[in-house]
Amino acid sequence: MKPVLAVEDLTVTIGTRRGPAHAVAGVDWAVRPGETLALVGESGSGKSMSVLAATGLAPRTARVTGRVHLHDTELTGLTEERRRRLRGRHIGFVFQDPMTSLNPVLTVGRQVTEAAEEHLALTRRAARSRAVELLDLVGIPSAGQRVDAYPHQFSGGMRQRVVIAMALACEPDLLIADEPTTALDVTTQAQIVELVADLQQRLGTAVVWITHDLGVVAGIADTVAVMYGGRILEQGPVDAVFGAPSHPYTGALLAARPDPAAGGGDLVTIAGAPPSPLDLPAGCAFWPRCPVRGDARCEHELPPLVPVSAGHQVRTFYPKPSDGERR
Amino acid sequence: MARFVIRRLLQSAVVLLGVTVVVFLLLQLVPGDPVRVALGTRFDPQTYEALRARAGLDQPLVVQYFDYLRRALTGDLGVSFRSGRPVTAIVLERLPATLSLAVTAVVFAMLIAFPLGIVSAIRSGSLVDHAARVFSQFGVSVPDFWMGIMGILLFSGVLGWLPPSGYVALTEDPGRWASHVALPAATVGLVTASILTRFIRSSMLEVLSEDYVRTAEAKGLRTRVVVLRHVLRNALIPVVTVVAVQLASLLGGVIVIEVLFAWPGIGRLTYDAVAARDYPVLQGAVLLVAALFLLVNLLVDVLYARLDPRITVK
Ligand SMILES: Nc1ncnc2c1ncn2[C@@H]1O[C@H](COP(=O)(O)OP(=O)(O)O)[C@@H](O)[C@H]1O
Ligand code: SF4
Ligand SMILES: [Mg+2]
Repeated sequence: MKPVLAVEDLTVTIGTRRGPAHAVAGVDWAVRPGETLALVGESGSGKSMSVLAATGLAPRTARVTGRVHLHDTELTGLTEERRRRLRGRHIGFVFQDPMTSLNPVLTVGRQVTEAAEEHLALTRRAARSRAVELLDLVGIPSAGQRVDAYPHQFSGGMRQRVVIAMALACEPDLLIADEPTTALDVTTQAQIVELVADLQQRLGTAVVWITHDLGVVAGIADTVAVMYGGRILEQGPVDAVFGAPSHPYTGALLAARPDPAAGGGDLVTIAGAPPSPLDLPAGCAFWPRCPVRGDARCEHELPPLVPVSAGHQVRTFYPKPSDGERR
Repeated sequence: MARFVIRRLLQSAVVLLGVTVVVFLLLQLVPGDPVRVALGTRFDPQTYEALRARAGLDQPLVVQYFDYLRRALTGDLGVSFRSGRPVTAIVLERLPATLSLAVTAVVFAMLIAFPLGIVSAIRSGSLVDHAARVFSQFGVSVPDFWMGIMGILLFSGVLGWLPPSGYVALTEDPGRWASHVALPAATVGLVTASILTRFIRSSMLEVLSEDYVRTAEAKGLRTRVVVLRHVLRNALIPVVTVVAVQLASLLGGVIVIEVLFAWPGIGRLTYDAVAARDYPVLQGAVLLVAALFLLVNLLVDVLYARLDPRITVK
């Protein structure tokens, strides 16, 4: 099946006072209809910037190169005006913090259907009943009354449901959720994950889910891409990547996961800090922290992304052999 | 909302009551005998006694105050020491001139400041932004009387488009009113516009970096919609206060400008009353300005509640 959104060799360089920041340094991924792609990685690894830049939402000071295809349309070559018409219409966004991502002075109903008014030329009247329908869809009780309420009258979890309703207003082919549960408490997190999974089933929407919660990835994603220092270090089907992590970083991340069997308290962390986007190393970005560290090549030469099994690729000179059996 | 307005009106009445105490005491603070001081060289025993009795100065202080208050409530603010005319009439005569100058100046300022502030925020660092900064700097640093004089020299002297000074009531002749108000209002308005432009720009910039603006952009809304519906509506909330403060200070009178343009406003009246030591008129002018301040405040509160749903109106 052809991808809904495919990103090829995407780079994002942001001009800053201290020089160019290489927030994204060449990234490839694709998400197919109905599928979920998880982008994981430490904070600052370029997850958000890669999806924002792909859809024309990068900051004004950013320079974006590469190719991005939404179905058959190449986005980076389009004028901002044409990109704008596709954004919101074919791609819906859910951002991290529902406390700040809604406009405090507009009713939730208005915010939910704005995109539909813009892209589908819905009348205000039709938009209102559509808003009620959408709020109902995302599980907001007595949607008929709540449609006229303001964001501050909702709890965090309910606001995130509003944001999801908003993202789905034009029945997009793709939903991009950037750490949609990070700002929520644990119980609410689970509800939101379940809601999105359920909506995806019913609507057949493709999802790009950015998270650092590997537990969620295992639960909902079909494919996963592990990002580090603006690049993808390992990607492939979730079963393959999690079952047989080939990159030392993926292995360390999985080991750093709080282990429920050990009472969840024994968190192993990876020593050291990720590289600065202002000063990306010439060689392997993980080199300073890598437990494997094969030879001098690691430090001076960028390892290519190489296949280890079907659809499973890894960027290291020393992949852990994967036979698909070992756990 | 109606209950909110009524409650705020009652609060304003209480404040105004406090103002009457202050205004009343103003007369007591004058060293010596205010009537004698006011009369100065025009002193003659008959006028002196009449004015003293009329002002009730022969009574105990508390009695004097309640007397003053009782009369003030019926609209009687005493008589001028100078002309002997009722203060209420003198003060109210000045209201149209003051209102028309203040409102025209603020409208003029907003017409400049909103487009300039909005554009310089969304195009920050652009040529327009730099031009706006130069304009603001000019407006706040050049003295208003100097701008007024330059305005008179240019538009009245060289070009002959506008009268150099004077006032015509709006009700009398709107066209001539406009030509007379244009120069003083533009002079005062330029200063206000400079202050407002800066404020609108920074308020807009602050809102532009909010998450919900990115949300609006992610929806694929037109720039115009994002800027007007999402950014401006939020940026407006603090701006309302600044506009109100500016309006209130103009209603309090812009003495230099009123003197320069021979504008018969409250500022001019206050100036003259102080110079002539005409205390009842001064009292009346202060009271009126206080009432106008309170009214503007009330309008701001109502506007706030309309703009920001997080403010509960109860
Ligand atoms: N507006 C910006 N200006 C300069 N650098 C930025 C800006 N936004 C993000 N970055 C940098 O880009 C890198 C990637 O950021 P981001 O994509 O937000 O990371 P993630 O979402 O993975 O946590 C970070 O190192 C961050 O410091
Ligand atoms: S390339 Fe070398 S340094 Fe980098 S992850 Fe692989 S083994 Fe470690
Ligand atoms: Mg992020």
